[in-house]
Amino acid sequence: MLRWLSQITTLTAFNLKTVPQRLGSVTASLVGMAGVVGVLIGVLSIDQGFRRTLATTGAPDVAFVLRGGSDGEMTSILARDDVQLIADAPGIARGAAGALVSPELFVVISLPKRTTGTDANVPMRGVTPPALGVNDKVKMVAGRMFAWGRNEVIVGRAAQGQFRGLDVGSTLQVGQNVWQVVGVFTAEGTLPESEIWADAAVLQPAYRRGTTYQSVKVKLASAGSFAAFKDALTSNPQLDVKVQRETEFFAGQSEALTGLVTSLGWILGGLMGLGAILGALNTMYTAVAARTREIGTLRALGFSGSPVVVSVILESLVVAAVGGTVGALLARLAFDGYQTATMNWKSFSQVAFAFRVTPPLLVLGIVYALILGAIGGLLPAIRAARLPVANALRE
Amino acid sequence: MTRLSLVAAGFKRHRLRLVLTGLSIVVAFVLFSYLVAIRKAFEMGVSIAGADRLVVRHSVSIIQSLPASYEAEIERIPGVVDATPLSWFGGIYKDPKNFMPQFPVKPEEYLAMFPEFRLPPEQKAAWLATRTGVIVGRSIADKYHWKLGQRIPIQATIYAPRTAGHDWRFDLVGIYDGAKKETDTTQFLFRQDYFEENKEIGKGRIGWFAVRIADPKKAPQVAKAIDELFVNSPAATKAEGEGAFAQAFANQVGNIGAIVTAILTSVFFTILLVVGNTIAQSVRERTQELGVLKAIGFTDGEVLAHVLGESLALAGLAGGAGLGLGYFLVSLGDPTKRFLPIFFFPREALGVGIALVIGLGLVAGAVPALSAMRLRTVDALRRG
Repeated sequence: MLRWLSQITTLTAFNLKTVPQRLGSVTASLVGMAGVVGVLIGVLSIDQGFRRTLATTGAPDVAFVLRGGSDGEMTSILARDDVQLIADAPGIARGAAGALVSPELFVVISLPKRTTGTDANVPMRGVTPPALGVNDKVKMVAGRMFAWGRNEVIVGRAAQGQFRGLDVGSTLQVGQNVWQVVGVFTAEGTLPESEIWADAAVLQPAYRRGTTYQSVKVKLASAGSFAAFKDALTSNPQLDVKVQRETEFFAGQSEALTGLVTSLGWILGGLMGLGAILGALNTMYTAVAARTREIGTLRALGFSGSPVVVSVILESLVVAAVGGTVGALLARLAFDGYQTATMNWKSFSQVAFAFRVTPPLLVLGIVYALILGAIGGLLPAIRAARLPVANALRE
Repeated sequence: MTRLSLVAAGFKRHRLRLVLTGLSIVVAFVLFSYLVAIRKAFEMGVSIAGADRLVVRHSVSIIQSLPASYEAEIERIPGVVDATPLSWFGGIYKDPKNFMPQFPVKPEEYLAMFPEFRLPPEQKAAWLATRTGVIVGRSIADKYHWKLGQRIPIQATIYAPRTAGHDWRFDLVGIYDGAKKETDTTQFLFRQDYFEENKEIGKGRIGWFAVRIADPKKAPQVAKAIDELFVNSPAATKAEGEGAFAQAFANQVGNIGAIVTAILTSVFFTILLVVGNTIAQSVRERTQELGVLKAIGFTDGEVLAHVLGESLALAGLAGGAGLGLGYFLVSLGDPTKRFLPIFFFPREALGVGIALVIGLGLVAGAVPALSAMRLRTVDALRRG
């Protein structure tokens, strides 16, 4: 066994020493492998980023209440009386200013995208004072909070980065209303960062919404009090509402983009993987052909067949690992943190998010490269082991 | 021995490498086929937008509704042929995943506005005669195995029906086909009058208008005239060409399409580079043979043509096979099964593909062919 291992080590080391002589084909294989891994990671990082933005938006101890039958804020409507009934339910946390119940208004306004100059649906949210207690991720980073009762807005940092006209001090003309941009906020990279926030009481008349809202967010006393809260609302005959945990609500929203991006990523990754296997096969057959004589000599000296097989596969794996790592690192440099925005079909508005090349994604890419390398090395390895010793020596 | 068989003989020299290189080219062009189809899918109909159609929406955003009475006012503007209302219904068929655009429309006006939706005359008549009638595009009819006469329940998300519960019921009276491959055949179109009568909220209001104009060249002026008419009303409008509207919409979905395209393009060219390198390498290895050819009387030009011909033949055979296979695979339809309803190999991309195949053959063969041509016979024979 020990002897077998030492044969493999000797052979592999010897193989790798000959790489400089075959630089052309090895480089081609490396570049191919790096390309496959880079692209796969790049495409999947879109999904990671989008999913993270939505997944981290919800908190398990926040309940999200919509009108019964609606599938998002856009299609929901709740009257002021409904809000009062919801606030009376058990299990709600209390802050300094009373129950942490945040009725919200959600509208969409058209603003030009910075990248294209064409109009995009930017989400605008009307909130009441408890909103900041319910969503504790929101922090002002520039300017100041808007004054309640005034035509002032604060904008999420991601929205400011993606759309024109949202700098502090500028005015925003929306229909017949003029809003003053007075501050910028962050929300730990979550969904609200793509939004514009205003006082709900000012937004309601501007959008002729009377005293209605679209959703109510409720901070619960604890994550465990959700069931009691939900039961109280659903068993109340005066209410027709849909109660979800906030986490549950946002988890469903990333489905469309996730499905699209992951299936595209794997179709393309699979196709390119096929290309990379062909590249690896080519490289390794060339490698074996170039060393026919050496392999024959070793076999004549008493090396057995299996170490030859293993050493060729190992070489292919080394090339794949190097190529895969290079590709993964390049993908991280190129894509990680890249800011963009896309349509969230559930709210029919824009979500800004950053691509995320996560460590598991890097590992996935390198493992994929190793699988491709192993497949590409197998056939040439078998050929190398089967070379008749006498013929090989004669070459 | 003919020239062709000489090329074929060259191919036999290193069969395995030839097969591997050929297969790489096939993969590259299958990838190319997916690339062009994905690009097209993300364009979202921009390329087939009607030049003589405008979209008129609320100036704040498309989700704000407009008074239905605007239709008559828009139609009075000089240069406007017709205006017809659309609204976003956003209902659910069994599961929220079963997404399809659902619009209440005025049947005759809508079909006249969008002649690319082809509906058999008897089905059109049935639609006009059935208040609860709905027509759907061929691709969703196939997807859900809907048959004419079937009753389809749609769960309301925005517009609860006047009747109890959340469900609207529609009777399938027609299935339309698209005049072009790009035509959206995923729409679910029911009658505006039924919608207006049976909805509880938003009475008298619609989502947006499609407007046909007499002269496409006057589109900007007509759009301006429409917007000026409503500028001081509570619901000011934004009118723009259908193409601009579709483009802005595609931009909203965003760079995702652009990014995927950019990544793929770079990969495609990487593969071509690698393949080109392999072809060049195989020519270099045969310096001695080329010397023999020259020694037995082949001219420089003939040697050049021979090497180029070999590289072109390989690129042509493998690239052609790749394009063919890619075309076939793309024609099997949306590989994601539901996210890219418009998925086909655009005809104009075929020319680009063929040009790339020829380009690959020429570029990969050029350098070795030139050095083969310049080769001095003596050197070549000595080198082997």
